[in-house]
Amino acid sequence: MIVNTNTIYDLAAQGKRLDGRSLTDYRTPVQIETSISWTAEGSARVQIGSTIVMAGVKLSLEKPYNDTPNEGGITINAELLPLSSSEYESGPPGIKAIELARVVDRGIRESKAIDLKKLCIAPGEKAWFVMVDLITINDAGNLYDVAGLAALAALKSAFFPKIDPETGAILYKEKTAVPLPLVKEPLPITIYKINGKLFVDPTKEEEETYEARLTVASDPDGTLSAIQKGGDMPLTVDEIAQIIDLALTKAAFLRGILTTHYGKALHH
Amino acid sequence: MVYRKRLDGRKIDELRPVEAKVGVVSNADGSASFRIGKTWAIAAVYGPREIFPRFLQNPKRGILRCHYSMMPFSGSGERIRPGSNRRAQEISLVIQKSLEPVVDLSAFPNAVVDIFVELPQTDAGTRCAAISAASMALAVAGIPMKDLVSSVAVGKVDDKVVVDLDYMEEHIEEFNPESAAASVADIPVAMIHNTKEVTLLQMDGKVSKEDLIYALELAKKGIEQVYATQVKALKAYFPSE
Repeated sequence: MIVNTNTIYDLAAQGKRLDGRSLTDYRTPVQIETSISWTAEGSARVQIGSTIVMAGVKLSLEKPYNDTPNEGGITINAELLPLSSSEYESGPPGIKAIELARVVDRGIRESKAIDLKKLCIAPGEKAWFVMVDLITINDAGNLYDVAGLAALAALKSAFFPKIDPETGAILYKEKTAVPLPLVKEPLPITIYKINGKLFVDPTKEEEETYEARLTVASDPDGTLSAIQKGGDMPLTVDEIAQIIDLALTKAAFLRGILTTHYGKALHH
Repeated sequence: MVYRKRLDGRKIDELRPVEAKVGVVSNADGSASFRIGKTWAIAAVYGPREIFPRFLQNPKRGILRCHYSMMPFSGSGERIRPGSNRRAQEISLVIQKSLEPVVDLSAFPNAVVDIFVELPQTDAGTRCAAISAASMALAVAGIPMKDLVSSVAVGKVDDKVVVDLDYMEEHIEEFNPESAAASVADIPVAMIHNTKEVTLLQMDGKVSKEDLIYALELAKKGIEQVYATQVKALKAYFPSE
């Protein structure tokens, strides 16, 4: 679809969008599925509008880093698959994939969402390392929120695999009943500024039009754990304050859907 | 060695549950999801579109290009490093070759049709699921085709020729103590539905000629069921006028 940037701009001035939503509404549906992949220790598929991201958690046993001998670790990786958009090409992650992974990573890392000490099995020798892969299935805009929610949902659904008591090898096909030590539930929300107005959940066309964006990762209690500004234009301090308020409201909205999902999952 | 009963209790000619859906990647020109047991393939087709670098262009016929990839968390062991590897490249090639005979490449000279297949979870039979998904995705994309290609693996587990081996059967010696010295032959097969011509045939293991021919007969039966599942999904997507 070819959309005139000016149209998006002009509509923004009137507080309107091409698809008729209010500036701060998410597209529908907002759908969360978890444990979608039996081979992952935890996994999720999140869909907002027609944007779809899958997240998978794999665990491995490694030697802890020298400066943190009592801790395991976590890494987030993102793959913008050529399957998910004609814009993406095969090959190693480009800067767009790296920024997406890093922004989601920092929200989780800086909030200390996972108690890394609890991942340690033998100090200085062996600890669990958590790898979260974020895989785009269909990029129709707002990968940041969709990927952030998918990462959290996948981590929430993850259980440790068993370890062979004799060989110490990981028995990946046998999961324990022990969930990952997820002590915080950070969620990154990205707010976009288009023609001076604040937008939630941009479509692909809106993403191509924005002046600035700010990703705000927060815990359920409102503590901010990571922030990243993007885009070509500056933001005023007033705008930043407004964005944070809006991001916290939207985080609560998505968190509510996640809670409902887990409420239902528990009753299965 | 005698394989008395299949580990998951299936009959020798019984597929795992199959499920197909099309239109799962809205950005793509055509897309499909195909599940057989716990193996799940998602295929998306982009094109016909311009090919880069341009020297690859062929003014006589279009190019079909396939990219097969397992998601990093889709293996039953350690995480798989993303990106291509020798196995994925070979599988991409055999998938492409299995589909080319039904696609009218002369319909899009100078252009390319890209097929991307991704697997979120696997339990053996991934190239077959990939082909079945890719074939549907091509159809949805409106690429001129003379028929669908359907695919299923057959094989021999100990003394039994069976259809649609799962991971446990492919690694029978790990899972069935009676099969300690077991032999397994894994034979992925793809066929053009109407003619039953074979467009994919690979075999790893040990099998007699007689058993191979019998296995291909069994494959025809399995492929009928895969085909019926593909057609049902396509018809659901394109309601008859």
